[in-house]
Amino acid sequence: MASFTLNINGKKQEVDVDPSTPVLWVLRDHLNLVGTKFGCGIAQCGACTVHLDGTATRSCMLTVSMVGNSQITTIEGLSEEGDHPVQKAWLEVDVPQCGYCQAGQIMTASALLEKNPNPTDEEIEMAMNGNICRCGTYTRIKKAVKLAAKS
Amino acid sequence: MTLVKTKIGRRAFIRNTGLASGGLVIGFSWLASCKMTPEQVNSLPKEWFELNGFLKVGDNGMVTIMSPNPEIGQNVKTSMPMIIAEELDIAWKDVIVEQAPLNTDIFTRQLAGGSQSIRQGWESLRMAGATAKHMLKEAAAQAWGVSVDEITTKDGVLAHEGSGNSAGYGEMASAATSIEVPEEVELKDAGDFRIIGTDKKNVDGKKIATGQPLFGLDTYREGMLTAMIVHPPAFGMKFKSMNAESVMSMPGIKEVFRFEAYPEDVERQWSDGGAIPELVAIVGNSTWECMQAKKALNVEWEEVSKLESTSYHNDELAKLLEKAQEVPARQDGDVEAALKKASKIVESTYSAPYLAHNTMEPMNFFAHVTPEKAELLGPIQTPEFLEKTLVSRLGMPAEKIDVRMTRMGGGFGRRLYGTFAVEAASISQRLNAPVKLVYTREDDMTQGTYRPSYKVRFKAGLDEKGNLIAWHVRGAGTNDALIFENRFPAGAVDNYLAEKHSLQTNVTTGAWRAPRSNFIAGAEQAFMDEVAEAAGKDPLDFRLELFDRAINDPVGDPEKNDYDPARYAGVLKLVKEKANWGTDTGKARGISAYYCHNSYVAQVLELEDGGDIPRVENIWCAVDCGIVINPLAAKNQIEGGIIDGIGHSTYSALTFENGKPEQSNFDTYRLMRHSEAPKNIEVHFVDNGIDPTGLGEPSLPPVIGALSNALYKATGRRYYEQPFINDKPPLVG
Repeated sequence: MASFTLNINGKKQEVDVDPSTPVLWVLRDHLNLVGTKFGCGIAQCGACTVHLDGTATRSCMLTVSMVGNSQITTIEGLSEEGDHPVQKAWLEVDVPQCGYCQAGQIMTASALLEKNPNPTDEEIEMAMNGNICRCGTYTRIKKAVKLAAKS
Repeated sequence: MTLVKTKIGRRAFIRNTGLASGGLVIGFSWLASCKMTPEQVNSLPKEWFELNGFLKVGDNGMVTIMSPNPEIGQNVKTSMPMIIAEELDIAWKDVIVEQAPLNTDIFTRQLAGGSQSIRQGWESLRMAGATAKHMLKEAAAQAWGVSVDEITTKDGVLAHEGSGNSAGYGEMASAATSIEVPEEVELKDAGDFRIIGTDKKNVDGKKIATGQPLFGLDTYREGMLTAMIVHPPAFGMKFKSMNAESVMSMPGIKEVFRFEAYPEDVERQWSDGGAIPELVAIVGNSTWECMQAKKALNVEWEEVSKLESTSYHNDELAKLLEKAQEVPARQDGDVEAALKKASKIVESTYSAPYLAHNTMEPMNFFAHVTPEKAELLGPIQTPEFLEKTLVSRLGMPAEKIDVRMTRMGGGFGRRLYGTFAVEAASISQRLNAPVKLVYTREDDMTQGTYRPSYKVRFKAGLDEKGNLIAWHVRGAGTNDALIFENRFPAGAVDNYLAEKHSLQTNVTTGAWRAPRSNFIAGAEQAFMDEVAEAAGKDPLDFRLELFDRAINDPVGDPEKNDYDPARYAGVLKLVKEKANWGTDTGKARGISAYYCHNSYVAQVLELEDGGDIPRVENIWCAVDCGIVINPLAAKNQIEGGIIDGIGHSTYSALTFENGKPEQSNFDTYRLMRHSEAPKNIEVHFVDNGIDPTGLGEPSLPPVIGALSNALYKATGRRYYEQPFINDKPPLVG
């Protein structure tokens, strides 16, 4: 066990966990931030995506000891009122089916648009390829990303 | 307007007598479970009045509607309350939706499966809204001293034109609770619908997009322990021994023990199929700590039955295709004689591997079992059957068992089999503590309950004019006999023979989105294309000819045929028009149609140029599901089914070596990703006013046929073995 001070959603959070603990489980089991989802545990599905200093990162393989002073943003901290342009676009297009992967999809999409405000279809696909949607909402996700890019 | 007897689910409409004098209902879970905005708090009513088990009207006119069925992503949590709201005549903006608890006395069929929620709920949901509206009207009539027949309703307002009286539902809600439940009730004509048939967004959309706790895995309680299981690494093995001591001293670990979730004397339900009777439990403070202990734990297993490999399954299924069925599943005319005199014979064999469900949210369940009561909360498609098993497993009457459903991170049939919930309850009962059982992805993918692997052989005979005179289908599956003998083209061919076999194996199988259809449709529709080509006919026209035959001169007893040929032909004609079938776009196209789960779907699929497996560019999809409740969500289901079908038939497979699944996570089990998804999907509905049927499954099966047929056009080779990515023939030329 070791103590870590993490910057999460603009707040400092103290946790006392084993240094090998992935950020995913720190968020979920220790900080009650359950919007970040567990899907595969090996960075293959993207359900656990958070922003690490603005970059989309799979939190299931990011150990707590690797974070240091970096800023972590989770789906809960993406916007105060749930009105980030990507979140609004997701609601407008009515993207989700089961909804489980969508927080990860939104985090990847918002990180993409931060760096590339007007991505092509191909750039959207490449950026989003690490996020699986088992329900098959891919066409709506692309539509929502493009809608968010416009706003 | 239609008058109907309020017989279905009538118990739901009988008020709780304790509330008869204007009952206040409090304690809504949504109040406690999420932070509300000041506007939401201000708009909350001071009192709620329950008019029946499905709905409560607040004194300010807001209405809480219970969504009876489990939500697995098929959007019933929005569409089922829409039906109630329609007949109640309330504005959708004034509706709050709440997931109903398990109570089949009120809600009758609380199951997510077979695309049946809307179809089977249609009448009782309408009655729930209509009876409540009637009681509100009756209360207003009494208050105003006018005839109930003269009262009109709209958007939650009662009005009487003659006297000039009007009132919101909230003002009459208290009085309405003492009105008798009507013996019969008026339902709206479809032409008067104001909510049904309009686009309504997912009621959980905002919570999903902001990461609020909604799913079973998001359950956290004070003092809750995390549990994980270790199951045998191969089918055909069982627990022998373990060394738990080294693991017990690991950080956060509380208990490690062998346990029986299913002792021999447990009365099993069908939903317990695939149960592994004996498992190891690891219980600790946190998920990561349990995962570490799970990796370190050394368990010995012993072989108790044959350790099967994929090569064994394939060989045995192939042998079954050589074997006649003793009594054929269906036989019309004389296929053998017809094939002898046929001028052309077409014969092909198709196959598909096992598939895992791979819901994005792995199996999990919360259980808190004490000697007094059992609380179960989590993702389950069959809560009623889970409760029955728990009565037997826990030795407790049903009244002491409370099963609640969370929103599910996917179902696809996997959560019909609630063995994980029984495991959670067994562990909690033993420890007398609240426990959340969590499967890792590897547990989830290697535990079983798979889509069976299948093989089917078709043989068709054509006469010199290219008419189909004989159709012979013989299919086999692992633990599943595959063939629906009364489906198309049964009834459209004079000489028809359907035979089916099941190969018993110890690899557990279960329903996977559109069971059987998810393979047989694609195979049949690909073969139909081969036959049409041999007949020298357009594949769409060839199908329409067969439906004409089934309409005008059906073979055998038409009652036996499990489809309506006119509706089948209807979707083909609609997709023909929308896709401009028959015009040369210069791109490879395929057509397909199928009927399953009471809905009809036809698709035209068009590929981009290039690549061994070219990307799908366009899909036109025509659907006949009767009345469409929520077009926005209906299209989402159809798009999802199409992507699911293309993705799995192209990329996915689960294989076995000596009983052990060879894929255990998404690094080796391939699912379709963004850059492989179809670029455009266009959905069109047949508008016929027929009572609605479901959409969770029907768009998946046919698209595999449309894909096969388009691939043939692109490559000049037929694709017989799924996943198609492995059946990569050289390009022609």
